[in-house]
Amino acid sequence: MARMTLYNKRDLLSSLMFLGFGLLFLIYAQDYNMGTTRRMGPAFFPTMLAVLQIGLGLLIGILAFVPANTDEEPIHSTDWRGLGLIVGSVFLFAQLLPFAGFVVAAPVLLLLASLASPESSWKERIAMAIILTVGCILVFRIGLEMTFPIWPPSLS
Amino acid sequence: MDLLSNLAIGVETAFTLNNLAWCFAGVLLGTLIGVLPGIGPLATIAILLPITYKMGDPSTALIMLAGIYYGSQYGGSTTAILVNLPGESASVVTTLDGYQMARKGKAGLALATAALGSFFAGTVATFLIAAFAPPLAELAFKFGPAEYFSLMVMGLIAAVVLAHGSFVKALAMVVLGLLLGLMGTDVNSGVARFTFGVPELIDGIEFAVIAMGLFGFSEIIYNLKAQEARDLLKEKVTDLVPSRQDVRRAAPAVVRGTMLGSFLGILPGGGGILSSFASYAIEKKISKHPEEFGKGAIEGVAGPESANNAGAQTSFIPVLTLGIPTTPVMALMVAAMMIHDVQPGPQVMTANPSLFWGLIVSMWVGNFFLVILNLPLIGIWIKLLQVPYRLLYPAILIFCCIGAYSINNSVWEVLMIIPFAILGYYFKKWKCEPAPLLLGFILGEMMEEYLRRALTLSRGDWWVLLDRPLSATLLGIAAVLIILMLLPSIRKKREEAFEGEQD
Repeated sequence: MARMTLYNKRDLLSSLMFLGFGLLFLIYAQDYNMGTTRRMGPAFFPTMLAVLQIGLGLLIGILAFVPANTDEEPIHSTDWRGLGLIVGSVFLFAQLLPFAGFVVAAPVLLLLASLASPESSWKERIAMAIILTVGCILVFRIGLEMTFPIWPPSLS
Repeated sequence: MDLLSNLAIGVETAFTLNNLAWCFAGVLLGTLIGVLPGIGPLATIAILLPITYKMGDPSTALIMLAGIYYGSQYGGSTTAILVNLPGESASVVTTLDGYQMARKGKAGLALATAALGSFFAGTVATFLIAAFAPPLAELAFKFGPAEYFSLMVMGLIAAVVLAHGSFVKALAMVVLGLLLGLMGTDVNSGVARFTFGVPELIDGIEFAVIAMGLFGFSEIIYNLKAQEARDLLKEKVTDLVPSRQDVRRAAPAVVRGTMLGSFLGILPGGGGILSSFASYAIEKKISKHPEEFGKGAIEGVAGPESANNAGAQTSFIPVLTLGIPTTPVMALMVAAMMIHDVQPGPQVMTANPSLFWGLIVSMWVGNFFLVILNLPLIGIWIKLLQVPYRLLYPAILIFCCIGAYSINNSVWEVLMIIPFAILGYYFKKWKCEPAPLLLGFILGEMMEEYLRRALTLSRGDWWVLLDRPLSATLLGIAAVLIILMLLPSIRKKREEAFEGEQD
């Protein structure tokens, strides 16, 4: 038997992802009541979909070994630094907002996120953080009356 | 005449000072955020959705959201023309000739053509909606649960066919969206599904959060490494008024684009994208000067821009009559309607005529505002475009975080962006289109409910889906679409149609 050749690494990776999600939903769905076709229980439709998801995942995986689906465009390696800075800045924003207010949380998010771009200078970053923090308070909080805490609650 | 008296109800609603003001605010905010590169209509509406929460009247909320939609779409065309950056996928085509016109010093003419063409298209589409929505809604009343289920199956499959990228992968994304949509409390049994022990997940995941994560954040992370290569026009934009000769060349293209866009916009899937591509191809084919295309042909801006706008507007038809969204933006509109206790579907027109007709008339008003707003304000948009991306993306991030927080005034929604941002980053790497996932997400619970009702009515007999002629027809269309997609020759044609859309 001829050795199988992988023609599309992207599709193989996506297939594994779909299989993972399918299995996850399939396993968790079994905690609920299946019911009957006449009275579908909460597990019925998710199980159906999860099986379909697994089927499609397998199909995508198999098709990755078919020459017609060749994809030679290289997959860039994950930009861990950028991903980490953006995700981290949002995480910190969410942690800080209720305790320290927008005046602390927003500059932290803006400065940390701007580190992801190597082209910025510190002067630029600080100016941007100040302008955007004040601008957002004026537009979203005062202008559009959205209700996020500006100052730390302990102060007010 | 029925149509006129209906439109009169709409005029009454849309022309109140309050609604006019919010429509204007929506168009302005939409354009402002839509002009920022890397943020399309979907993320813009998602960010600004919470503003409408405290509005008492759902008509006002929907009028404003619709305004944001046109505004951001138009903002996308502006960036396409001025900096060769499509603000959203439907304006990819506009970059081809719009940017070339701008480089020849005709930026003003290109922008005016886009604005006036869009206005014409918007006007025609408004009347089309007013004329065709009532009979379609009438038809929808004949739908039982089996028909609705089959319609959703057909709609989702058609959306996948008309979107670009791998067909099977897009189908898998739809199914993933459906599954994610089932997270949270099951309406029928009250069981909290797939909450993994997290109490915040009992209400499911917010649509706007998924939209921001998949479309806003992942885009930013993906683009961080890309070198900044934007050559902005330095000259002043002048000559906004088209000459007689320009009008003679552009007008027929506008009419053709409008007709094409109005039709394609009703179909599920990327109505906007498909119609602008199709319009460009047609204009190039029938033009006497095909060699000018790609070098600044005015028809290449007029046709696709009109088609795109007409399509954007007629895509409201399936939502307003059947309650079924055909694009991610419309899915967001459905989510917005539900927040305001309006169940989208054929009953909107009869139960809430002032909302229905008010929204339709406001579409025209919104398009009018776009013209008077954008042509004089172009200078400001250009200033905004001069801000480099390294300073813009933090702004987009903070807007998204404020929007997410404001959904429930809690940081949980902000945190939930993170998994979807990471997921979206890998979707992009692996070329999995996120749009079908969003459609599935909004339809998941509805599909389950309709299937459950259909099967209960038929005492558990699956044949009910094929026994009823309308339902069988819809499933038949879906089956034909799948078979067509598997034929290699058609698959190739589809790939050609989306060629050049590599972003």
